[in-house]
Amino acid sequence: MLLRLAWAARSRHRSRTLLAVLGVAVSAAMLLDMVMLSSGMRASFKNLLLSRGFQLRLAPKGTLPFDTDATIPDASGVAQTLRAIGGVATISPVLGGQAHVIRGDRAVSATALGVDPQVQGDFELLSGREPHASDEMAANDDFLNAAAAKIGDTVAVAAGYDPQLRVYAGRLTLRVVARARFLYLAAGQRAIALPLATLQAMQGPASADRVSLFMVRAAPNVNVDSLLRRIQTAIPTVSAISTETAMRQVDERLSYFRQLALILGVVSLAVGFLLVSTLVTVSVNERLGEIVVMRAIGVAKRRVVLQIVLEGVAIMTAGAALGLVLGLGTARYLNSILASFPGLPAAIDFFLFEPRDAWTALGMLVSAGLLAGIYPSWRGASLPIAVTLREEAVA
Amino acid sequence: MTAPLLRALDLRRDYHMGDEIVHAVRGVSLDVHNGEYVALVGPSGCGKSTILNLLGGIDRPTAGSVAIDGARIDDMSDADATHFRLMHVGFVFQRFYLMPALTAMENVELPMAEAKMPRAERQKRARDLLAYVGLAGRRDHRPSQLSGGEQQRVAIARALANQPRLLLADEPTGELDAKTGAEMIDLLGQVNTDGTTIVVVTHDEDLANAAKRVVHMKDGVVVDDRLRASR
Repeated sequence: MLLRLAWAARSRHRSRTLLAVLGVAVSAAMLLDMVMLSSGMRASFKNLLLSRGFQLRLAPKGTLPFDTDATIPDASGVAQTLRAIGGVATISPVLGGQAHVIRGDRAVSATALGVDPQVQGDFELLSGREPHASDEMAANDDFLNAAAAKIGDTVAVAAGYDPQLRVYAGRLTLRVVARARFLYLAAGQRAIALPLATLQAMQGPASADRVSLFMVRAAPNVNVDSLLRRIQTAIPTVSAISTETAMRQVDERLSYFRQLALILGVVSLAVGFLLVSTLVTVSVNERLGEIVVMRAIGVAKRRVVLQIVLEGVAIMTAGAALGLVLGLGTARYLNSILASFPGLPAAIDFFLFEPRDAWTALGMLVSAGLLAGIYPSWRGASLPIAVTLREEAVA
Repeated sequence: MTAPLLRALDLRRDYHMGDEIVHAVRGVSLDVHNGEYVALVGPSGCGKSTILNLLGGIDRPTAGSVAIDGARIDDMSDADATHFRLMHVGFVFQRFYLMPALTAMENVELPMAEAKMPRAERQKRARDLLAYVGLAGRRDHRPSQLSGGEQQRVAIARALANQPRLLLADEPTGELDAKTGAEMIDLLGQVNTDGTTIVVVTHDEDLANAAKRVVHMKDGVVVDDRLRASR
């Protein structure tokens, strides 16, 4: 009967209820987006770092991976030392550089990654096979489109270009054997991957036995922090970064986003709260006669309060459900805009949906609806019955 | 002589209107026995409705006491008084005050649902009560689809839902035309004949004449209280 009364009360002013639900839906969508934004980038970045199972990254001392052009010398020696440390399962060396693909009288520049195809963790194959042979390469669609190349084509690739002499250095003819999606590169960034030794040779003596980065996968059941400490002790010429360390650095860099998300989320919640609070207050004021008569005929105060609170919660819940759909749509659209955010991997999602986020937003909204209904309903149910009836009669 | 069903002793009710204190009821004592039909009459502002509110426990006296079936309703907590009204007192108001969103049937069911009566039982009783007040065919109508007289009948059925021994009615014919008012008077007479004690506040002479006992009030005090000679 209580639910019936709450439903009936809301159905009585359908357009008003609908507008309130829509208002709450907009507020809920905003709140959900802000909750997704506050945790989405972080979660997305962590997922990305762990997507290929490498928990540690070794960069030249004092740098972050690919933050500078610095490289780690004596890469084979470092790899040997790493293998000797217990608990290391896989080592994936990566050398970064520039590549210029000469097509007729023009050149297409791209990021070049020298990798060990057996253990690489930088790209996923979309079609074709890993570039195992020294004259093979994989490329992403941005590169293939720009170079008008496809799998099976051979292309002339140079590792350097001297603008004064106008000559390309480290030229080699490579065969495209795969289309790939590079995990850590920004949207639109052209990229190719080739065997590490090939890229080292193309870059000349300066890159001999050098790499930009080692990615390390720990053996099962090995404590990553403990492994990190052992690596740092054994190889003082590198900076070892665990996923957790990287996440802390990401956290620092993303603090502005999180603050923005927090403020906008609180504003959304407050708007929803005020909307429902206003609606319930208006509704209570319109129904004072009914409310005090319910009290007069013996309906307990707490049941009257509960009925009115249910109305607020129903509006919030309906609005939140609608807002969930709206929020996901908005997040998808915003993600597509922000995918080309400079300097960030295209695989990063700003708004990452996790069921926990939806529950958090829903929980906050329903709580706000509950709180929004409590004061006006308690006030209405606490009015002196006889006096209110007389005033209603006079009115 | 058996104990009265309703006993009011030296009831007083003051209202504060700014700095001024209005003495709406100035020491009213009243005993109403089981099965009585009492009409409270008097000029506007004499305190009739205030007395009725005090008797039903929807207002608190400034001084004095009200006991229904021996239970001091003026001394009860708000929650206890509310539950007492639910189970022992039926209210009928001048303006009906039905829940507009509920059907006639649901309006009658409301106090029974609050009293946690099983659904099937309360639906049967609601149907019986609506038949009793002559609205068997209007069960699924909402108040807005009913005439004033029909709404007041539903209100009486609602008041009788939990089989109260005492029915309090404040100007129950005040919003009705003469013909409908007369039907209401007949219905209240029937309710009383069937065993419910009634106290009614009215300006309506016909309604007052239908009561077995008429209590005249003036300026917050009872000035006359007599049984009607012939009924």
